[in-house]
Amino acid sequence: MAQYPILDQKDTRSGFGAGLLELGTRNPDVVALCADLTGSLKMDAFAKAHPERFFQMGIAEANMMGVAAGLTIGGKIPYTGTFANFSTGRVYDQIRQSIAYAGKNVKICASHAGLTLGEDGATHQILEDIGLMKMLPGMTVVVPCDFNQTKQATIAIAEHDGPVYLRFGRPKWPVFIPADMPFEIGKAQVLVEGTDVTLFACGHLVWRALQAAEELAKEGIKAEVINVHTIKPLDSAAVLASVGKTGCAVSCEEHNRYGGLGDSIAQLLALRMPAPLELVAVNDSFGESGTPDQLLKKYGLDVPDIVAAAQRALKRK
Amino acid sequence: MTKPAPAAASSVSTDELDRICSQVRRDIIRMVHGCQSGHPGGSLGCTEFMVALYWSILRHDPKAWDMDGHGQDLFFLSNGHISPVWYSVLARSGYFPVAELATFRKLNTRLQGHPTTHEGLPGVRMASGSLGQGLSVGVGAALAKKLNGDPHLVFTLHGDGELQEGQIWEAAMSAPRHKVDNLIATVDWNGRQIDGDVDEVMPLGDLPGKWKAFGWDVLTCNGNDLAELIATLNEAKARTGQGRPIVVLMRTEMGQGVDFMMGSHEWHGVAPNDAQAASALAQLPETLGDY
Repeated sequence: MAQYPILDQKDTRSGFGAGLLELGTRNPDVVALCADLTGSLKMDAFAKAHPERFFQMGIAEANMMGVAAGLTIGGKIPYTGTFANFSTGRVYDQIRQSIAYAGKNVKICASHAGLTLGEDGATHQILEDIGLMKMLPGMTVVVPCDFNQTKQATIAIAEHDGPVYLRFGRPKWPVFIPADMPFEIGKAQVLVEGTDVTLFACGHLVWRALQAAEELAKEGIKAEVINVHTIKPLDSAAVLASVGKTGCAVSCEEHNRYGGLGDSIAQLLALRMPAPLELVAVNDSFGESGTPDQLLKKYGLDVPDIVAAAQRALKRK
Repeated sequence: MTKPAPAAASSVSTDELDRICSQVRRDIIRMVHGCQSGHPGGSLGCTEFMVALYWSILRHDPKAWDMDGHGQDLFFLSNGHISPVWYSVLARSGYFPVAELATFRKLNTRLQGHPTTHEGLPGVRMASGSLGQGLSVGVGAALAKKLNGDPHLVFTLHGDGELQEGQIWEAAMSAPRHKVDNLIATVDWNGRQIDGDVDEVMPLGDLPGKWKAFGWDVLTCNGNDLAELIATLNEAKARTGQGRPIVVLMRTEMGQGVDFMMGSHEWHGVAPNDAQAASALAQLPETLGDY
């Protein structure tokens, strides 16, 4: 999209690694823990720069969550790193009791989320993690959309007092958010203004939504694109303001249709401003092996799927 | 960060500790009877340990309590269901008013069925109840003390049945890996759990050998003998700072101090009725005044 030229192709996990390194230098209370995936999570630079504040925890994620919770007692700000599946589903009870219920300031940083993990297949492609995390009282859920925003978010969550789930991914992806664009937890970003339909998106699908808006423009449809990088707390004011203007919406996410961004927007609209909403999400299934592009196409999360969903929403107005 | 000066542990005679134990056991019975729920068996069995810990071993200042606990020894109760004994000991040692024990397990109170930080109860730094999580927390808190240059220690307590949880052994592996030698884990080795004897439900095998194999310095003692317990815990303290975590395996009797609750797992999580409570209290002299 002309308004957002592709600045580079980088993986969001590298944005996390870059943000953690910068944060570690800036804030001596930041510590990092990793469950045998230091290279995959791009935590090597932090580990090398701050070896006394980096803890290799081995393939033992439950213990990692508990140790992180303990480190907060004494004022540390722990960042845990592993794949999204092992950051959430595998350790749900540890997060629930020792972090969320106990109100501990742990930053749960999860890579390789969603279908775009690719060839490893469904055992690793968690599509339920946003739902699991947003159901926990007090948990903030952040899903940044590109390298630059993941770096910004990694740094920003240190300033937020309380547990945070930060979700990012594996593949190289277009970098399109200017490095100096302001980022604030809980404040959705209107990337493109429009009047006919709102495309809400998070994570990798924000880029797909921008592409879809370009396709819709060719048909004379003015789509508004909003990057909902914080799923919880949801920026209700931004959602309602946009749908109040456009009258219909599509939500786009690399997650099961149950429990994700679309679920949150549907609840808000049903309660406050009933309006046509279409969901671009995985239709209650597990993933499979394939390339990220193949998987997004097969599971209905590609640009034509967003365009079609927008057209359906428009017809229901 | 400047290193906090070590707070001194207090020195109390075993006779006086014995008197405190009797009152704590009365509190346990009255709390569990008062709400007709809770876990008296393990609470009674761990009374000597908790009293020794708070009156003789821990370097702590209840009036200066805060979440971070800089300059204090820390304690984490991993087997959170024995909250009655912990609440009694916390109240009797000055963390909150003794009268508050009457609110145990009741609506709109800080004394939840299982301990929590959620209601802001002084003395409690972690929620526990879902078993197996407290050793990891202890490892993390001990690492934070090292990073902060705080020479104080971290103590944890676990049930022996709780050791069936896999996370315990993940934590047991991680502590020597990170040279956590400012951590003393303790185990209530009573051999009983809800469904029966530990040896029948899921045997732990050679428990001292297991901990040794994981790289821990292992001590054992009679957990219901105050003098032996205090000597062993002091020995554990003397062994800190030598590159290894320490575990103290304490042989105890579930239900200790109340004759009809001993020798069985049946009183793990059962409240006494009026007659049973009266019978139990008749065996336990009131030494500090009931709440």
